[in-house]
Amino acid sequence: MPQVALTVNGKQHTVEVEGRTLLVELLREKLGLTGTHVGCDTSQCGACVVHVDGVSAKSCTMLALQADGTNVLTIEGLAAADGTLHPMQEMFREHHALQCGFCTPGMVMSAVDLVNSHPQGLTEKQIREGLEGNLCRCTGYHNIVKAIAAAWPLMHQKAAAE
Amino acid sequence: MYDFAYQKPSSLADAVKALSADPDAKALAGGMTLIPVLKQRLNKPSLLVDLAKLGLVGITVSGNTVTIAGMTTHGAVAADAGLKSKIPSLSEMASFIGDEAVRHRGTIGGSLANNDPAADYPAAVLALDATIKTDRRSIKGDDFFQGMFTTTLEQGELITAVEFPAPEKGAYEKFRNPASRYAIVGVYVAKTAGGVRVAVTGAGQGGVFRHTAMEQALSANFSPDAIANITTPVDGLNSDIHASAEYRAHLVGVMAKRAVARAY
Repeated sequence: MPQVALTVNGKQHTVEVEGRTLLVELLREKLGLTGTHVGCDTSQCGACVVHVDGVSAKSCTMLALQADGTNVLTIEGLAAADGTLHPMQEMFREHHALQCGFCTPGMVMSAVDLVNSHPQGLTEKQIREGLEGNLCRCTGYHNIVKAIAAAWPLMHQKAAAE
Repeated sequence: MYDFAYQKPSSLADAVKALSADPDAKALAGGMTLIPVLKQRLNKPSLLVDLAKLGLVGITVSGNTVTIAGMTTHGAVAADAGLKSKIPSLSEMASFIGDEAVRHRGTIGGSLANNDPAADYPAAVLALDATIKTDRRSIKGDDFFQGMFTTTLEQGELITAVEFPAPEKGAYEKFRNPASRYAIVGVYVAKTAGGVRVAVTGAGQGGVFRHTAMEQALSANFSPDAIANITTPVDGLNSDIHASAEYRAHLVGVMAKRAVARAY
């Protein structure tokens, strides 16, 4: 069987996979990282979003073999080693940006990429557009948008915009 | 998904060779369409040849021509400053394909080779009179698309780049499906040196097409009023759960007028 060598949350792994093994299957079934969810399995809902070499990707629509040699970050790798939450996780808690929580790992990973890729500022419109690939069936998105807006200054060490 | 063999060659020649040797082999670009298709078992390739290591990435501006390498992602196209200054309507179009995560992986070459009847890039290639470069030849956009999911590409032939001449002005207007974000109808209008070109995606059963009646009217008078009374024949338009053929015909007119009004 072919092998994939990749870094996940800072740890090196070499895993045997089939050609058809998806990245999300490698993460969940081979590495036991079940924080990354499979929602629609049709690349629409975004529950499976992880970062591949620093940018968001839908891990249900990527072969594990395509991730060979890459650096993958999942929801499990976001908090600090001592358990301190990432500012985005903290703001999701602060603003009650989840109800059932199923979409949350993908939402948080998309949100972190969105904030990282907008160092000059992030409007509410940009946040809503940036979340088009992430579906939530509970919250109506409002608190998610608030949480992301609140996380932006924390992640960029700037004062909150009015 | 049925299983398949997988290769990631590091040269274009090796990729072409692997694909040409096996009629059941398929090229894998970003995978944003191919992987969902494989999941539905609509296709059963013996071998996937991943094009990620061929170095076919990047955007160059030379005079009035913008060349986009085949494996350049939609996100990179949308973000490129050189393209934005030469053909802003094309960079805007790329910024509305799929969603953020899809744009990080989906590629221009993959989209064109697949020729989905509701994809955005085919409209850009036709409207902007682009040329598709492959490992063996140059193909004009007008000759490339051969109907839904069909192109003039031969087995094993790979898109290496797409050359876009900058128009005087242009705009793409898309009425999109809110779930899939594909075009229910998309119209790209471009005012080029050779006249006005109008390309319609999402509407035709045969895939992307040029709207010659609108092109003639707009070449004489580039204003929304010039096409206000031009109707689009319903024959040959798609009808599905998202929109009837009649509704699509109506949308073609609305999107075209908006594109003309907004051309920049």
